[in-house]
Amino acid sequence: METDPKFLSGDGGIRMTSVGRVTNAHATVPDKPSQLPWLMQLAVPFASLITFGTHLLIAKKAPPLETHSYMLLFWEIVAVSIFLGIAQRFWPALRKWMRHMWPIFTAAIVLVGVWDVITVGLHLLPLPYFPGPAAVLRSLISDRGLLLDSTWHSLILLVSGYTLGVIIGLVSGVCIGWSSSVRYWGMPLLKVVGPIPATAWIPLAMVVAPSAIVSAAGLVALAVWFPVTMLTASGISNTRASYLDVARTLGARRLYLIFRVAIPAALPNIFIGLFMGLGASFLTLVVAESVGVKSGLGWYLSWAQGWAEYGKVFAALIIMAGFFSTVMTLLFKLRDRVLVWQKGIIKW
Amino acid sequence: MKTNDAVASGVRVQEISKTFPVPDSPGTSRLAVDRISFSIAASELVALVGPSGCGKSTLLRLIAGLDVSDSGELLVGNEKIVGPSAERGLVFQDPNLFPWLTVRRNIEAGLAARGVLREKRNEVDEFMRLVGLEAFANAYPHHLSGGMAQRVALARALINHPKVLLLDEPLGALDAFTRMRMQDEVLRLWQNRRTTMLLVTHDIDEAIYMSDRILIMTQPPGRIDRQIDINLARPRDRTSDSFLRFRSEILEHLHFAGKGDASSSSSVLKD
Repeated sequence: METDPKFLSGDGGIRMTSVGRVTNAHATVPDKPSQLPWLMQLAVPFASLITFGTHLLIAKKAPPLETHSYMLLFWEIVAVSIFLGIAQRFWPALRKWMRHMWPIFTAAIVLVGVWDVITVGLHLLPLPYFPGPAAVLRSLISDRGLLLDSTWHSLILLVSGYTLGVIIGLVSGVCIGWSSSVRYWGMPLLKVVGPIPATAWIPLAMVVAPSAIVSAAGLVALAVWFPVTMLTASGISNTRASYLDVARTLGARRLYLIFRVAIPAALPNIFIGLFMGLGASFLTLVVAESVGVKSGLGWYLSWAQGWAEYGKVFAALIIMAGFFSTVMTLLFKLRDRVLVWQKGIIKW
Repeated sequence: MKTNDAVASGVRVQEISKTFPVPDSPGTSRLAVDRISFSIAASELVALVGPSGCGKSTLLRLIAGLDVSDSGELLVGNEKIVGPSAERGLVFQDPNLFPWLTVRRNIEAGLAARGVLREKRNEVDEFMRLVGLEAFANAYPHHLSGGMAQRVALARALINHPKVLLLDEPLGALDAFTRMRMQDEVLRLWQNRRTTMLLVTHDIDEAIYMSDRILIMTQPPGRIDRQIDINLARPRDRTSDSFLRFRSEILEHLHFAGKGDASSSSSVLKD
């Protein structure tokens, strides 16, 4: 019996690596003393103080309410960072996370300061199109109800459209990938209709659909459908023939071959389609909301632009960044979970 | 070892021919297997040796039911082979484990594919033990060494209690030491279960060491050129005089029948 020592872990089983998101950066860092360097600990509060101090110097004419909420933000950051600085002494996982994230946070805070200097301090960018960070923060706070509501509507639209698109895309992709006759008739349609950007259907969609929401969800679904179908079909039809041969000699019938062999084998491809579809769905969502639907972040964006409230435009952009990247991260997490068997085969 | 529903069957191959279209020149075709006939008794272990491209794997795929012959008849027991079935297990040189399943689930796949996993789940542990992989139940295939992966593939095929096990160079990709150990393991499985086995191999030593009988195929189009009964008691001594006599007999035969590089000291046929 051969037993390669690296495969034997103490409890008799095998763990992939330590569970959790261990990035390469961590893996290569050797064990450091149980302390964050002071420089790193102090970087965030220090950057906050500098950024806010600069603001006080350059924005003397700013409305007091703006300065006040800006100040509160930085006090909070300083307080939280000091608290975490103490907590990390007793919590190694937190220390690890801070070691990874603190330089990035520091840079982000400094970047806000630079933005402040460029806009409010030196007036390098034309107003009112480029407000300073304090003004944007003020818009975020004063419009928080509407922004929250818009985000909620966008989320509903995104989830319903994306889910619909993925379901239809998976079904059509599997059919095209598996059956050569479906491929014969379906592929030309896919190749001709698929590349049309979903947003180009807006004029038609508004006429056909019973309501703007339905048409927007349909457009998002259409945008998702194409890449998901394409990648699923290619994944299915490229299933290694020997996997199917093995399954046949084990007594497998067609359903098993499709659902237990071809689809799992195609999953890496399918996820590429899901990611591409997600990107396309963001785009379509924002455009569809700004032309037809009377709610959502896309609508808010164009509404704020209509009133020339550029502080709100930036506020909406910030919310979108957070919203979309969160959704994207969730899909990454799902992939990590579903494709855990690929770890060690493929570098992500 | 219990052998509940494992009833070995003989195999009869009668006048089997198979042609393949030549990929780059449409209209022409290549005769891969030419009116081959032989039979394997129930519980017999037969090795099929011959140079690369002589149609050994084609023959195996025909018996597995993955390809259809142009003419002739294939029987397992008294039943004609019409398609693939769990009665005829097949193990390739590449273990072809499903990479998305753990070792345990790969072995279960044999049952799941037939839709009998629920009734027979209790057998999985037995087969994990049989191939000595209990400790790796939750490992994914890419964590396994070549020999371990091939053992999983064997367990996955055997869990269906096939009447015939077809082995297509199953040990061909392993290093020499692992290969010899695996030869003993396959023999052990065979002796425990008395499954009829047809072993395609490049390795003449392996064929002599393992089989009851060796079929020698010639250059394409493939034909059975010669049969040699290996009437040595097991376990066999790879260095005994009789072993070596069989070896030189086969090498000599291939030298006369084939392209002539079998006279070299290597007993592995060159690709």
